[in-house]
Amino acid sequence: MSRRVDERVREGVGTSVPRIDGVPKVKGQFSYGSDLWADEMLWGHTLRSPHPSAEIRSIDISGAVASPGVHAVLLADDVPGSRFYGLEFADQAVLAWEVVRYVGEPVAIVAAEHPELARRAADRIVVDYEPLEPVTDMETALREGAPQVHPFGNVLSDVRVLHGDPDAEADVWVEGYYETGMQDQAPLGPEAGMAVPAEDGGVDLFVATQWLHIDRRQLAPCLNLAEDKVRLFLAGTGGAFGAREDVSMQIHACMLALYTGRPVKMSYGRTESFLGHVHRHPSRVWMRTGANRDGTLINVRARVLIDGGAYTSSSAAVISNASTFAAGPYAVPNALIEGTCVFTNNPPCGAMRGFGAVQVCFAHEGQMDKLAAALAMDPVELRLRNAAAPGTVLPTGQVIRGAAPVREVIERTAAIPLPPEPPARPRDAIELPGGVAGNVGRGEGIRRGVGFAVGYKNHGYSGGFDDYADARVTLSAGPEGPVAEIHSAAAEVGQGVQTIMAQIARTVLGVERVILRTSDTLVGSAGSTSASRQTLVSGGAVKAASEAVLAELLERARRDAKVAGADLGVDGGFVTADGEPVMAVDELLGEPIERSVIWRHRPTSPLDENGQGDVHVGFLFAAHRAVVDVDEELGLMRVVQLATAQDVGFAINPQSVVGQVEGGSAQGLGLALMEELQLEDGHIRNASFTDYLLPTTLDMPPVEVVLVEEPEPDAPFGAKGVGEPANVVAPAAIVSALRAALGRDLQRIPVKPDDLAGLREPPGIPPWPPFPDEPAREPSPLSGGVFHVGSVPPPE
Amino acid sequence: MLVRANVNGEWREADVWPGSSLLYLLREHLALPGSKNACEQGECGSCSVWLDDELVCACLVLAAQAEGREVRTVEGLAAGEAMHPVQEAFVESGGVQCGFCTPGFVVAVTDLLERASAPSDAEVREALSGNLCRCTGYEKILEAVRIAADRLSLREDEL
Repeated sequence: MSRRVDERVREGVGTSVPRIDGVPKVKGQFSYGSDLWADEMLWGHTLRSPHPSAEIRSIDISGAVASPGVHAVLLADDVPGSRFYGLEFADQAVLAWEVVRYVGEPVAIVAAEHPELARRAADRIVVDYEPLEPVTDMETALREGAPQVHPFGNVLSDVRVLHGDPDAEADVWVEGYYETGMQDQAPLGPEAGMAVPAEDGGVDLFVATQWLHIDRRQLAPCLNLAEDKVRLFLAGTGGAFGAREDVSMQIHACMLALYTGRPVKMSYGRTESFLGHVHRHPSRVWMRTGANRDGTLINVRARVLIDGGAYTSSSAAVISNASTFAAGPYAVPNALIEGTCVFTNNPPCGAMRGFGAVQVCFAHEGQMDKLAAALAMDPVELRLRNAAAPGTVLPTGQVIRGAAPVREVIERTAAIPLPPEPPARPRDAIELPGGVAGNVGRGEGIRRGVGFAVGYKNHGYSGGFDDYADARVTLSAGPEGPVAEIHSAAAEVGQGVQTIMAQIARTVLGVERVILRTSDTLVGSAGSTSASRQTLVSGGAVKAASEAVLAELLERARRDAKVAGADLGVDGGFVTADGEPVMAVDELLGEPIERSVIWRHRPTSPLDENGQGDVHVGFLFAAHRAVVDVDEELGLMRVVQLATAQDVGFAINPQSVVGQVEGGSAQGLGLALMEELQLEDGHIRNASFTDYLLPTTLDMPPVEVVLVEEPEPDAPFGAKGVGEPANVVAPAAIVSALRAALGRDLQRIPVKPDDLAGLREPPGIPPWPPFPDEPAREPSPLSGGVFHVGSVPPPE
Repeated sequence: MLVRANVNGEWREADVWPGSSLLYLLREHLALPGSKNACEQGECGSCSVWLDDELVCACLVLAAQAEGREVRTVEGLAAGEAMHPVQEAFVESGGVQCGFCTPGFVVAVTDLLERASAPSDAEVREALSGNLCRCTGYEKILEAVRIAADRLSLREDEL
């Protein structure tokens, strides 16, 4: 049997099919986690710690229990099973007792008949706290004598990547220091879901999440239920960007539902959402870059420090990623990169789009600009000279296999036409830096700057993780021809994986009608919607399952003597023999064909003690060019244009791919210019959309997008993940443009008006913090509660 | 307290807590969850509806303020199965990703195009600057506005 991929299949791969959930979404009929409703439903509410560090002396719930309409007030003692959960290590208390370690840590939960009644009851819970001295600065946390967040010390994870000769001499050295603030994913849909007690003593949870099965793996032990008694169903998910990788309201809603015997809905308000999920790690990066006179990179030294906040979450993987990507997408023969993630009493940090690569891209690209200036070289030319390519050995020792069109993304970005020069005065205020809101000038003294950046990120899980996805495809006869049904637990969070899976099944099976079943835990794990991995891994699983279905279909066809020996295929609902239609597919589907396949990408390996290993499965590259106008006097700026070429392998849905690039660019712009959780002694001071600024239509410039399609071997149809690179690279390009306009260094993002106006002194290059000689201590058991979660083992 | 309002052409009544917002009335009492609860302080526009033909954030209006008045929501835009041209344009342009902001945007864009048939890019950006989208970077939403504006003006030419 052989079959060419026919890309012309209607609505198959390579076409900009409208997304399959588009119509209900525009009509307001798509049901999100916060839209769920059931008869007799109660509302859950969470009481959270007001202190960054405190002992809990006592909790008095009598006032809350006596409040009107209240059906449950639960504390740590009411957790039916394990009191701890966590993504990599179960170190977070379901509900705190004895101690709280950050502002926002859940302490009690309430179920009542109306959300307002639940809030009022929670206000009547009296918690007697003994505040302790917190540690809220990442460098202070490393110092001798700092308050200890956990009994096992403040180092969450250390990574050292040692490659070649770290003492190798170079002609020219540049040194820089770079800081990034704490960004929030701010998905518009809040954390929300509804738990419904089931007749078998278990619970059904309808929830907006990124990975149903890892949620269940954390829920079941806490609820003291077997996994098959905890069934999760994906509710409509209003964005994620990493915020839904960790458990938020899931265990609490299930506890309240099991306790009251009634459906319980929990839906965070925006302020609670800011407190109730992990954030992007703030970072401090010190870097020395050495090159020869001709611009060839010789040596990179980096010290990367990130703040993990109070609990582990996915921080170990984030610092590993940051360390492995710190030298940039270049051939660097010698490197020493030392990364540390610390515990503090700040809110926990974890996954956000870009996952460690964002922070170091801001640093390595700042270094490339400095180096270009030191060598009097064109910054684009310098990047081209050092661009990685297939066969390049990365600082981890990993040899790049697969597509690595780094030169192409640089050249094609540079070739995108620049926007027209600013018109002579007077200009429309909306086109001035600051826009309609802020600029009182007439456009005088405005300087334009152009900046360039290149970066990269992995797709799929790394470091030896068993990264797989299960998918079930069923082909059956329907009244209007054959229908393929896909059952996958891949979480559709808005990125479009359901449409991608449907396109793949259409192309492989040659059918037009595809039905997506609700994603739930009744099918095997698809892994997380993160790490730009679902098109690769769940796409791979759907392709393989569809191919298995096709093989059976053609086997059935082959039993018909008329086609013996012919080259069989399918097209438009017909089986073809040597290209000619010979029978309707439906005729062979008296019995539907169902196939399940677990697909995994090639194995990776963990980093060894020198940070060496075949750690990532594949790489996604992008270049960005930003054009900005700056009004230095007023401290205002405007991004005029973003231009980018991204390495996507193959665009299964070009419109959707471009949408990912544009959206990732917007989140990058937000980090560069406005988005930061303002922390003061562990308290978030701007936990609302009034005070945490997201880019609007007035902030976002046009984004000129070029897709570079060089198929990735071993990926479905050659497609790479596409969600993250734009978010990784855009901030570095925007700040590069601002530096060019201002003619001075900017070391910290988000860049504030004070920085643009030169009112705030840049920090310079502070002393490099030492890297501890001893490896980070493993978290030791906390009250017997720590166990490794990490992954969901595949079925036997 | 009892509140009675004409919602999408139909008089509806509900017994609400006096502190309830119009958004809560729509979502939790009248089974109209199309208007979304993303910030609940009037910053994101996800709950955009019309109150007597005026575009408002339903989270900032008390349910009681809708007493005896007309409310039009995203659910009232499509005529049965057929989508409103603005809704069609959002699907076509790729202006929908997670979709949580979409109902608010659809309402705000419809409002804009009811007031201005051929708005300039600057006018569109300003009119939509009160609606936050976290997924798209807005480019395809702006494209949806262009598509819808063309279609609506064509339709007017035919009349």
